[in-house]
Amino acid sequence: MEVSRHWRLQTQRYSLVGETCDTCGVKLFPPRDVCLECEAPAKELYTFTGVGEIFSYTTIYEAPAGFEHTTPYMIALIKLEEGPLVTAQLTDVDQEEVYVGMPVEMVTRKLRTEGEEGVIIYGYKFRPAVETAVQ
Amino acid sequence: MSKDKLMKPQKPVGIVGYGAYVPRYRLPASEVARMWTGGSGGVPIQEKAVNGLDEDVVTMSIEAARNALKRARINPQDSRAVWVGSESHPYAVKPSSTIVAEAIGAVPHTQAADWEFACKAGTEAMQAAIAFVGSGMAQYALSIGMDTAQGRPGDALEYTAAAGGAALLIGPAAEAVALIHGSYSFVTDTPDFWRRAHANYPSHGDRFTGEPAYFKHIMGAAQALMEAVGRTPADYQWAVFHQPNAKFPQRVAKMLGFAPEQIAPGLLSPRIGNTYSGSTMIGLTAILDVAEPGDRILMVSYGSGAGSDAFDLEVTERLLAVRHLAPSTETYISRRTVIDYATYTRFRDKLKMS
Repeated sequence: MEVSRHWRLQTQRYSLVGETCDTCGVKLFPPRDVCLECEAPAKELYTFTGVGEIFSYTTIYEAPAGFEHTTPYMIALIKLEEGPLVTAQLTDVDQEEVYVGMPVEMVTRKLRTEGEEGVIIYGYKFRPAVETAVQ
Repeated sequence: MSKDKLMKPQKPVGIVGYGAYVPRYRLPASEVARMWTGGSGGVPIQEKAVNGLDEDVVTMSIEAARNALKRARINPQDSRAVWVGSESHPYAVKPSSTIVAEAIGAVPHTQAADWEFACKAGTEAMQAAIAFVGSGMAQYALSIGMDTAQGRPGDALEYTAAAGGAALLIGPAAEAVALIHGSYSFVTDTPDFWRRAHANYPSHGDRFTGEPAYFKHIMGAAQALMEAVGRTPADYQWAVFHQPNAKFPQRVAKMLGFAPEQIAPGLLSPRIGNTYSGSTMIGLTAILDVAEPGDRILMVSYGSGAGSDAFDLEVTERLLAVRHLAPSTETYISRRTVIDYATYTRFRDKLKMS
């Protein structure tokens, strides 16, 4: 059981909360308290819009423990509109639809469960933007 | 008598934001028939919405709530309550509502609770939110009705037990997209449908679910509310009733004196099934997507066990300014991927893995 670890990460995982640097204005995800650009302290929380596009992607057939029941699934590097690259699962999408540059949006989904009786872990995934998905 | 029993808050309130959610997958009723009746016989709806492997009442409520907040344009920290009504809460003990509240940024200075009353858990939460705001205890309160309904394989309810729902943010009338003029509740002990603790699937009283259950309670609540506010069916542009299938809401509308056109925009069950706690509320969001300022709406939920909550609503000018700020109900319904029965059994965790 790693309940405390998941609890510590839940704010950033549920709603893509990172940080912004007061000195140079760069947005950081995940939050790390020191700006990657100017090395100044970056402690101001920032909730990302969740809008981005696919930078690169792959399909997982042999999943790590806890994800076996959801194969095959897709993992992507998402370029957020504020700048950072985030690694996340794709959801609500068929493999053949995905392409580099595809507009996506963040949704909060079930990542996995700690067995039958453990906690349910929720977090960000990305899907094709809904307004464009139906056109 | 019913005038005295009209539930009307001291301060005028309304819906200040609304949001729908329907998952992407659809199971055609013909697939259920193919599996269990050899494809013969009629089916109660066209298809139902099914949640994906990574979706549950919490994730679906989060999305509907975010849509409601986008339309309300308020700081989530200003909501004093996050209430989730459902009969498919992912945990038996641990609130769905705290996870939703955390994800939408409403914590920690808020009330949070889960509600349960079969298919009317969402409108119970809505009534409580009206009271919270109408008494001055809160500026805003969020009520959600959401389900991933359970249907026993081969049972009549497997055709319709669906996933989806809506979030309604209640707030002061001055900021409302729809004013709430009053509500009325009508409840008896009626054993038409139940699920015992630890049971995976509900049981029901077959034909008993119609006359003494659904029709009696919806008629009771609707007629008493209309009498109390001094209105008749002709005074409403739109009406929405709980939708366990396609037939019941159409029949109760006719019995009450509503024309088919009045219930058309909110009648979603043929295309998404019965979303249980979400059913009446998402019917309302579909109506709000097309309604005009000044339109009156009658909304009546039904929950087995049994009871109905009826609401008298009036659309304001503000609706037109915020409607486009989040995806419409129709956008979610149009986003559809058809699945077969095998995929359905996997998505709904019906396969024995060990």
